[in-house]
Amino acid sequence: MKNFNGKILFLDRSDINTDEIIPAKYLTELTKAALKPYCLEDLSQPGFDPKKDIEGKSAIVTRANFGCGSSREHAPWVLEYNNINIVIAENFARIFRQNMFNCGLMAIQLDAAVIDEIFKTFSGTEAELTTDLDKQTFTITNGKVTKSYPFAIGDFDRELVKAGGWVSYADKKY
Amino acid sequence: MGKTVAQKIFDAHVVDKPADGVWVLSLDRVFCHEITTPIAINDLVAIGKDRVFDPSKIKAVIDHVTPAKDSKTAEQGKTMRDWAHRHGIKDFFDIGANGVCHALFPEKGFVRPGFTVIMGDSHTCTHGAFGAFAAGVGTTDLEVGILKGVCTMREPETIKVNLTGELKPGVYAKDVILAVIKMLTVNGATDKVIEFAGPAVDAMKMDARMTLCNMAIEAGGTCGVCYPDMVTVDYLWPFIQDEFASKEAALAEYSKWLPDADAVYAKELTLDVSTLEPMVTFNYKPDQVKTVREMEGTPVNQIYIGSCTNGRLEDLRIAAGILKGKTISPKVRAIVSPATPKIYREALAEGLIQIFMDAGFCVTNPTCGACLGMSNGVLAGGESCASTTNRNFNGRMGKGGMVHLMSPATAAATAIAGVITNSPLFTGK
Repeated sequence: MKNFNGKILFLDRSDINTDEIIPAKYLTELTKAALKPYCLEDLSQPGFDPKKDIEGKSAIVTRANFGCGSSREHAPWVLEYNNINIVIAENFARIFRQNMFNCGLMAIQLDAAVIDEIFKTFSGTEAELTTDLDKQTFTITNGKVTKSYPFAIGDFDRELVKAGGWVSYADKKY
Repeated sequence: MGKTVAQKIFDAHVVDKPADGVWVLSLDRVFCHEITTPIAINDLVAIGKDRVFDPSKIKAVIDHVTPAKDSKTAEQGKTMRDWAHRHGIKDFFDIGANGVCHALFPEKGFVRPGFTVIMGDSHTCTHGAFGAFAAGVGTTDLEVGILKGVCTMREPETIKVNLTGELKPGVYAKDVILAVIKMLTVNGATDKVIEFAGPAVDAMKMDARMTLCNMAIEAGGTCGVCYPDMVTVDYLWPFIQDEFASKEAALAEYSKWLPDADAVYAKELTLDVSTLEPMVTFNYKPDQVKTVREMEGTPVNQIYIGSCTNGRLEDLRIAAGILKGKTISPKVRAIVSPATPKIYREALAEGLIQIFMDAGFCVTNPTCGACLGMSNGVLAGGESCASTTNRNFNGRMGKGGMVHLMSPATAAATAIAGVITNSPLFTGK
């Protein structure tokens, strides 16, 4: 199982699409690792600097419809190769969400009000996430404030995360 | 309780239900292109499982960057080519025979009502125009599809979009789907299938139905579906005539995929298409849609007619009809890419290519290239493109570029005017 703990990158926007996460011109790469330098390169977000702001982060908290657009699994891969294995959002585009779990990564959906509360409490601070998959809770702390949040993922998604992805799961079963 | 089209297809293909709401489906078709497939192939090789579940059900094409523009894209093509030959995949379309996947595969008769189809491409939803369940997936789903012939999908909920009325002259399926996306918003159909129903859909040919279903994903939809009818049967007839005694027999068989009268929908919408004007997007989301009238006079740098949305013969006929005897504005450049070799040949035979060239268009080979800013028409920063494609994301056709999505008629009129404008076919009556 992959690591789901670490510093949070806050992206305060809805509808962040796969072209923003990894532009199509990099889809000619034949290895996942080669994508690493281009993570969120075209993100349209004032003040965001992909060269500096991703470094050291291991989780993303964002708003609605994250990962919309293309089916490219390069989007979860580029996050994974930048050590970001978990994205927490109001909701996700279907293909992106499925791609995350298929890779053994997590896409966690929370109510808009809870996401909003996380933004208000922790955005702009050095916030760190700790995930407990079995108890389905995660804790965020910034040294001053510590809060826990329950989350729900389906049994099947949890099995994919534990198996390390859909290829190993499917190969055993079908 | 009655069933939707997707529920009937899921029932007929279920292999397993590993958890609540999760279905593992058997696949009738696994489509592959050179952008998302090579990493799946390389992974299968790396884990010692370089196999395919059924070479006759796998169809493959090189379409996104073709002919190769550099060593990396040449390598992607080579990976596909070697793999297809190694596994005896007969329906592999290489340079000379290749075209935009969602135009090429329907044209070859690969999709039938009731089929399950996946591809590592979000616009796979196009094939729902045949009454199939067709969904875009990532490379891992594609990899398992290639190896095992199965895919997981979540329980299908369906939105039914009733399209009533008759389109005004100069208003097309593209305008309808832009209006529908505006109503649904970019994630209004996430995790849902969209059934397009009603007299306006019944009146559409397959080309128009594919335009409609192609953009279901832009509202977040898993698949767009049109009901199989005699239009579907007529289109498929050259491929199915040995299977059925008559077209009526084919229609009777395919009708089992129609939804039940008491099917349950997550939501139902009705749009009277006779109220619609030609539509165009502004800004960077496909639900940011205005009438062409509201955007009238907006300058553009490039016109692009092509893609899996609007690069089919009917689209080229409409655009050429407007361009005939005219030339494009000196302020713009214009590109047309017939979506498949067959469309290209027919456009040549009908004199359409001549019209495009006389008007000042550059005619390129069939490819997806420009639509996603990979080749054959990439924008420079600060430029904008009047485009018949499906996605207007920030930087989609080139970093710093803006894309205005529109119908081929509006794109042709815009090419002549040099600014966004309605085609003369649209009189408002």
